[in-house]
Amino acid sequence: MTDLLEPRAIGADLVRRDGELKVRGTATYAYETPVEHPAYAHPVQATIARGRVTAMDTAAAEALDGVLAVLTPFNAERLAATDDAEYAVLQGQDVGFRGQLIGVVVAETSELAREVADGITVRYEELPHDAELSADRPDLYAPEQVNAGHETDTAEGDVAAAMAAAEVTLERTYSTAMYHNNPLEPHATTALWESAGDGFLTLWDSTQGVHPDRAAVCQVFGLEQEQVRVICPYVGGGFGSKGLPHANVMLTALAARALPGRPVKLALTRQQMFFLAGYRTPTIQRMQLAADSRGRLSAIAIDVVEQTSKVKEFAEQTGVPTRMMYASPNRRSTHRLAALDVPIPSWMRAPGECPGMFGPEVAMDELAEELGIDPIELRVRNEPDVDPETGKPWSSRNLVRCLREGAERFGWSGPRAHRDGDWLVGTGVASSVYPTMRQATSTANVRFEDGRYVAEIGAADLGTGAWTILPQITADALGVDVADVDVRIGDTRYPVASVAGGSSGTNTWGSALVVAAREFRTKFGADPRDGDEASGDVDQAGQDDTHSPYAFGAQFVEARVNADTGEIRVPRLLGVFGVGRVINPRTARSQLIGGMTMGLSMALHENSAWDPRLAQVANHDLAEYHITVNADVGAIEAHWIDEHDPYVNAMGSKGIGEIGIVGTAAAVVNAVHAATGVRVRHLPVTLDKLLTALP
Amino acid sequence: MKPFAYARPGDVVEAVRDVVAEPNAVFLAGGTNLVDHLRLGVARPDLVVDVRTLTSREVTGLPDGGLRLGAATTNSQVAADPRVRERYPVLAQALLAGATGQLRNMATTGGNPLQRTRCVYFSDVTTPCNKREPGSGCSAVGGYTRYHAVLGTPAALPDPHAPETCIATHPSDMAVALAALDAQVQVLGPDGERTIPFTELHRLPGDDPSRDTVLQHGELITAIDLPVLPAGTRSAYRKVRDRASYAFALVSVAAVVTPDGELRLALGGVAHKPWRATRAEEVLRGQQLTEDAVRAAITAELAAAQPQPGIDSGNGFKIPLVARTVLATVRGLLPEEQS
Amino acid sequence: MDAEITLRVDGEAHRLTVDTRTSLLDALRERLGNTSPKKGCDHGQCGACTVLLDGDRALTCLALAVAHDGAEITTADGLAPAGELHPVQQAFLDSDAFQCGYCTPGQVCSAVGVLEEFERGWPSHVTEDLTGRPEMSHDEVAERMSGNLCRCAAYVNITPAVQQAGGAR
Ligand SMILES: Cc1cc2nc3c(=O)[nH]c(=O)nc-3n(C[C@H](O)[C@H](O)[C@H](O)COP(=O)(O)OP(=O)(O)OC[C@H]3O[C@@H](n4cnc5c(N)ncnc54)[C@H](O)[C@@H]3O)c2cc1C
Ligand code: SF4
Ligand code: FES
Ligand code: FES
Repeated sequence: MTDLLEPRAIGADLVRRDGELKVRGTATYAYETPVEHPAYAHPVQATIARGRVTAMDTAAAEALDGVLAVLTPFNAERLAATDDAEYAVLQGQDVGFRGQLIGVVVAETSELAREVADGITVRYEELPHDAELSADRPDLYAPEQVNAGHETDTAEGDVAAAMAAAEVTLERTYSTAMYHNNPLEPHATTALWESAGDGFLTLWDSTQGVHPDRAAVCQVFGLEQEQVRVICPYVGGGFGSKGLPHANVMLTALAARALPGRPVKLALTRQQMFFLAGYRTPTIQRMQLAADSRGRLSAIAIDVVEQTSKVKEFAEQTGVPTRMMYASPNRRSTHRLAALDVPIPSWMRAPGECPGMFGPEVAMDELAEELGIDPIELRVRNEPDVDPETGKPWSSRNLVRCLREGAERFGWSGPRAHRDGDWLVGTGVASSVYPTMRQATSTANVRFEDGRYVAEIGAADLGTGAWTILPQITADALGVDVADVDVRIGDTRYPVASVAGGSSGTNTWGSALVVAAREFRTKFGADPRDGDEASGDVDQAGQDDTHSPYAFGAQFVEARVNADTGEIRVPRLLGVFGVGRVINPRTARSQLIGGMTMGLSMALHENSAWDPRLAQVANHDLAEYHITVNADVGAIEAHWIDEHDPYVNAMGSKGIGEIGIVGTAAAVVNAVHAATGVRVRHLPVTLDKLLTALP
Repeated sequence: MKPFAYARPGDVVEAVRDVVAEPNAVFLAGGTNLVDHLRLGVARPDLVVDVRTLTSREVTGLPDGGLRLGAATTNSQVAADPRVRERYPVLAQALLAGATGQLRNMATTGGNPLQRTRCVYFSDVTTPCNKREPGSGCSAVGGYTRYHAVLGTPAALPDPHAPETCIATHPSDMAVALAALDAQVQVLGPDGERTIPFTELHRLPGDDPSRDTVLQHGELITAIDLPVLPAGTRSAYRKVRDRASYAFALVSVAAVVTPDGELRLALGGVAHKPWRATRAEEVLRGQQLTEDAVRAAITAELAAAQPQPGIDSGNGFKIPLVARTVLATVRGLLPEEQS
Repeated sequence: MDAEITLRVDGEAHRLTVDTRTSLLDALRERLGNTSPKKGCDHGQCGACTVLLDGDRALTCLALAVAHDGAEITTADGLAPAGELHPVQQAFLDSDAFQCGYCTPGQVCSAVGVLEEFERGWPSHVTEDLTGRPEMSHDEVAERMSGNLCRCAAYVNITPAVQQAGGAR
């Protein structure tokens, strides 16, 4: 049990500290960093999916006035470490996926850099590629582990026997599409290499973590940490894609090192991001449920098939939430991968839980229908007393409260379908879950400076509100007014911080800040002198290992389907979450509704239409890759229950950045089913899948 | 983007002369399609001749009661014009269903019908495309065909390597309404002026998919005329798309019903050109405009439709979708007792 | 090929040399150092680069700078003097109508344009009665703001912010 802070600033509805800069557009993002005399870089990409670059004709390009450098696999510097094939840019002639970086042009203007890069003739030795995922490929393999260190497979009891013996069984295959994070700010870097002494590299990079970013760059270039500074005060979104650097960062650093003293700017184009910035793998989920006639599960199993790149393995942990969500004596989860000649998948908002709560939560609705039980009731009947995976008690689990309160607020009771003029209306529900995670490294400094308290930590604000909530935590830990606290983040000059990912930022950085603040008070008392300073590490913060910490939630959807055309609208989306104590209700609500809206987007709109012949996403821009627009959004409400969790951290807070996107798509599918009778098991839910069932 | 020269001549005659003199010259209006294509490398002109400030920016009444839309009128301006809203709702609705407020403020009457296909392979210069690179083949066949044609195509799965293959659709919403309205296009060319019926402006791929329209090099659209409609005419535009706004049509329908029950019907998102449903109109001619009659007529129109297989089940869904959308649209225009 | 042009940006005249290929967006960001308009897609597909161009909202990524010689441009940074906020900006702050902030200057400029378009009585795709004056309803505002993608998905806060700034409820 940790010693919970007395909330004063915590819980206050404070306006974002970076708000004014953002509404004026004067917050500077990576590419926008004002630097002296910048040069502009544009990448060259492979146009084959597999093979070798045999020649690149760069002579004419290099001779052009205004062209500063043309780097290719044939002339680029050799990197210190090439074991991570994603980062080994321009280190060899092999092409492992279409769109791979094979060169960069640096020029005096961005127009020229692009023109020259696009004009370079490349000769290839092309090999046949293999880029089509299916569940019946003979070469599927079990990775050693899946993302975040989870076991690949788990099994308990005998699912097959339970399936054979059960009164009711359900066996279905579901699939989620390929999705691209598409933060609105493209992945971008300004890089400056100064060669004096041993050399010094400054990167203004759009990243979810300046320290992890620096660590990767140091490794690849063989530089000491003291030789690299990464700065990133503002990030135009990331949703996981900026959690670790991608190859573009290494390419920009390479370009800068070729032009010492000259700042080099490189922003991926939106189109390039579909090849180079990671994506959520498509998943195929075979679900099995066995139950008695009252709906008590006797078996739950998920077998997941997904893809990775032959260049570098990423195994999304899709099956993980099934391991702990509902009680059942017999359980199984497996992950199998197809390694293909494709771009490298990576993190996207709630990897694991987001796709992994799609199949199971639709399956629960299907089972409820089969049994004639209300889907909320079915979930309540399968509520586990302890974490079924670990056997540990929950730090707090309020799924049932969320379901019940949501039902109340949404008006769940009564028929789930009716017709309103030209519209077929239906309602649906699904559960949400997200683990409460804390990273192992993070340090914070607290200093008294000019009559104010200054906290420093290399944290990142992707729009999550860190600029605003970290002062709130620090103020309460110091016992001072939040107005007297400044927080500095987004720079490796500040103490090391973990990545803003896994909804762990507030937990991790906040815990370090609390340790530092308490240390500060212990050392300097209530009346510090100018310059007094203390630091704190997250590993000094109390950590409870005896409980299973998760946030839970319930999401409700009203879907309307046009009886003529099948067009789908979602006028209402309502979520109730148990996320511990909320530090700032304003930014928290924005995180939750943002996640829910992205879940809606996943349900109805997003789909990286994969063209296996070319091995690329056919619709690789924002006109054709649809993300939800304003007109698609009706009323979206996020509520939270009053939840006191003494086990998670000193703030009593669980992560809120990701849980909002978990379960939404299933709730939409369930609502559309209620409206039309069509169960869309393969996302997205688009009108063509409903047409044949319309009146 | 390759370098190009930019010119803003003194008037339209000079503009036409400039373009005629340079085989690789193009006109520029709002730029919302051309600049997109310049940056993608899809358009590679040597000379860009800016006509945005040269052609008319006025909507004027014609002596017979019709309206003339100057080529430089913006899509926003035309959609907001009280005369258009009152007399040609199908056009106002089509314009408002297209793109976004910002784009409509830039896009022009001359440029909109001349925007090029949104075929994803056309936009990607690393893939074969007969329209962009004549003779290179058609990547869309068997590929991502969700936004592709079902009418006016030779076959489901035409030969992707044949130089004449193209299954692209014309993406403009405005153009579908103009086709239903029997608009007339005023053109200035090197040999003077000519008028082209809007329904004859666009062409099917034929043996040259690189050409979208019948305009010759250097021919400039100066205005589009809307003919007068009989008093009591009702019209509507319905667009079905993958999100509620800011998306191109999967299918769209422009319908005009005159007081004596004549239906003029045009379809979008289904063919290489805005598709005037002449077959359906013929079937209906002289008939009472009932739901059943319309259903029979659209079924006749779609008899030749060819679904294109492809990624995510292809585009066969468009055939029933068109029929349903036509029915819903026309139903809304019928007097109460008929619907 | 270079061209010399004049732009009035946020009330200040600038004489600058641009490549004929330079977009208005790059002229602002890379030549004039005004990075208030953002680049999200460079192809008219996101709205992040929205400014007021000669009074109307427009996308600077699809405008060639040479074609707008002499234009009057207002970016989000130019809507109010330093230290003050335009009512739309204030409403965005009040409603927490953004998260990462990257789409925000474009949203703000677009909203200012939308309010002006309501003022002029312009209809939208969701206007039922095309001949009447549209109301500043949720659906009307949401449709008109749909040219500005927000990947953080602040939409449910953006729409009321625009309504608030427009004096509607
Ligand atoms: C993201 C996005 C979404 C969009 N969504 C839609 C949509 O949903 N529906 C829709 O209909 N449209 C949509 N559009 C397209 C938009 O409507 C067109 O780009 C626009 O109408 C083109 O007009 P413009 O004046 O900008 O043309 P330009 O880009 O200036 O020119 C287009 C073409 O026409 C030629 N041209 C221009 N004027 C003349 C003239 N007077 N005479 C001869 N040739 C001329 C040019 O040479 C060029 O080839 C969208 C565009 C974008 C970028
Ligand atoms: S359909 Fe037409 S535009 Fe598309 S790839 Fe084929 S030829 Fe090109
Ligand atoms: S950058 Fe101009 S619309 Fe996206
Ligand atoms: S606030 Fe991040 S994209 Fe809108």
